Amino acid sequence: MAAVNTHAETSSAIDKPRRKAINGRLAATLVLLPPALVLFTLFVIYPLLGSGIYAFYDWNGYGTPTDFVGFANFERMANHSVFQQSALNSLKVIAVSLLVQLPLALLLALLIYRRTPENTAFRLVFFLPYILAEIAAGLIWSFIMDGNFGVVADITRALGIEPYFLTSDRSWAFTAVLVVIVWKYFGFHMMIYIAALQGVPKDMIEAARIEGASRLGVIRHVQIPMIKPAIVVSVFFSVIGALQVFDVVIPLTNGGPANSSHTIVTYLYTFGLARLKIGYGSAIGVTLFITAVLVAVFYQRLFMRKPA
Amino acid sequence: MKALLGAAALCAFAAMGAHAETSVKILRPESNSPGLKQFFTDVIAEYEAAHPDVNVEIEYFASEAYKTKLPTMLQSEARPDLIYSWAGLTLSDQVKAGLVQDISASLEPDYLKTFTPASLSAFSEGNAVYGLPMEARLVVFFANQSLTDKAGVDLAGIKTWDDFLGAVGKLKEAGITPLVAGGKDKWPLHFYYSYLALREGGPEGIRAAMSGDGDGFQSPTFIGAGERFKQLIDLDPFQPGVLSTAQEQSNTMFAENKAAFMLMGDWAYTQTIGVEQGKLLDGSLRILPFPALSDSKADQAATLGGVNGYAVTTGAPPEAVDFLKFLVNAEHQREGARRALFVPVLQGTGEAIEVPFTKEINAMLEASPSHQIFLDQFLGAQVGGTINDISTDMVSGDVTPQDAAERIQEAWDFR
Repeated sequence: MAAVNTHAETSSAIDKPRRKAINGRLAATLVLLPPALVLFTLFVIYPLLGSGIYAFYDWNGYGTPTDFVGFANFERMANHSVFQQSALNSLKVIAVSLLVQLPLALLLALLIYRRTPENTAFRLVFFLPYILAEIAAGLIWSFIMDGNFGVVADITRALGIEPYFLTSDRSWAFTAVLVVIVWKYFGFHMMIYIAALQGVPKDMIEAARIEGASRLGVIRHVQIPMIKPAIVVSVFFSVIGALQVFDVVIPLTNGGPANSSHTIVTYLYTFGLARLKIGYGSAIGVTLFITAVLVAVFYQRLFMRKPA
Repeated sequence: MKALLGAAALCAFAAMGAHAETSVKILRPESNSPGLKQFFTDVIAEYEAAHPDVNVEIEYFASEAYKTKLPTMLQSEARPDLIYSWAGLTLSDQVKAGLVQDISASLEPDYLKTFTPASLSAFSEGNAVYGLPMEARLVVFFANQSLTDKAGVDLAGIKTWDDFLGAVGKLKEAGITPLVAGGKDKWPLHFYYSYLALREGGPEGIRAAMSGDGDGFQSPTFIGAGERFKQLIDLDPFQPGVLSTAQEQSNTMFAENKAAFMLMGDWAYTQTIGVEQGKLLDGSLRILPFPALSDSKADQAATLGGVNGYAVTTGAPPEAVDFLKFLVNAEHQREGARRALFVPVLQGTGEAIEVPFTKEINAMLEASPSHQIFLDQFLGAQVGGTINDISTDMVSGDVTPQDAAERIQEAWDFR
């Protein structure tokens, strides 16, 4: 008992400033948290719960939803061939992002990460597409790919062949979208890699060189392992970004021809919002949200944990 | 502090005083026509001069955004008082949800009688009137006679669908693109399917499908329309890349002599071919009514197009109705007609039209025994969107006439 008492006495003496600190922190929490919490609830949680409820109704957006349909919206979505195509397209975006876009970004980053005036110019050029608004980029590319007026038209004319309409062709329209997506976003990932590469200690690279490592050896065994955290983050961004592709597609192909180039989000917009099937749109949105959350959680668990 | 609060209260009061006038808010989709915008500016200025206590504001939304945002806007505090409407099921849905009001009590019967019956019926149900039509729209074949002459096609001889298919064949042989259309926007292609359905079954056939009589949308009206459309598609009549051509682009291509025919609403003349663009093609531009089907029992003179106007939302002040009546009075109908912005809907005001193209459109509308509203509007957003989809999918060869009709029925059931 005595021991406990002495402990209590000493601890109270030490605790005074700490308690003050705790009080201060509590006060700060009470003052600073509510605005953020209110905004988050109002603009994230509330709409999220809303669409979670609407997803089970057949509702055109007028009045309050009354026609409860259970899982019918989800069933309909799963069976709709256009949705299946859209989901496949979104998977394609993920695959191309990971297999083409990121390696390209890494390659370019390795070429131009050193601080020299020429490299700065290249960096700017490669980063420019990312700065451009998505809608503008989509429109510009739709003109480029136009078989009557575009760059494609100039090429076919110069070669003396029939005009070719890339975005009218069911089997190529989505490839065109993929090209634009890679072109649009590789600069962003390149910048992440450049920043990381500049943080790799020079003496490590020099040491590897002195030990006789080749240029490739240095990249493989020193630089890439050193920037692994950056790669992990950029893969995460690119997967989540791929699930959300929307504004490039609308001006470029508008989901066509024959609804062959929708992504999940343009599908949601076209078949949910534009047709005033708010319940159906919500069901798609909920599905997309759950997918994104699952991806995020698993990815963080698997790759983004701090090394023990 | 007190003084400050007092001052603030005073300011607020003064501000309220300044805004004590009633405001009437109009919401409409963006228009490509500077002339139409000028028309609104003029009418509003005139109204405000006569009613200093009323402030009329007009706001434009991009066309797609207008359609998708309207349900939210109508149910919010920011509800506009007058909304642009293509009538049809979308308007009925708004009526059902109690978001637009019956204004028949504030309309004199004598005034209502001056509307063309088809236009007024689009905005009323029984005795209830939910808004006023302002403009009539008509879908016709625009024809470029210099090109058809070159191919030896006699425009006056095109009366039936078979005549038309024959002309398309002749044009192909002569190396002239027969048809141009903006397939990227989908709805320009639905004009073919809708018009053919109208020719196959008439307005009755379309209404029978809606009420589920017989085979619903899988009736001969719609399957037949698909089959006729396929006859045309099999001739490969459209410009290369039709599915990636936007609607404005196709209008321009037609104006630049790139194709012999274009099936389009009369507004294309005002906006991209004629009035506002310096009368391209004048001299060679002809209008052709949609050809008839020789073996159909339906009235082959029916027309497809629009009756567009403004609905009055619930809770709108009486001034909104008053302004709407002012907007759609005989004088302004004549003025719009004179400027060739639209074909007016008040009987007799069409005389004011001076532009030959619009005159001809007006004559065709006046002669029409029944005017069917665009199916993509008439059947509401969901079914309308599906009709646009299947029309495009038929052109790309992905859908058979039977599948097309089945998909419309499915969309109708899931409405």
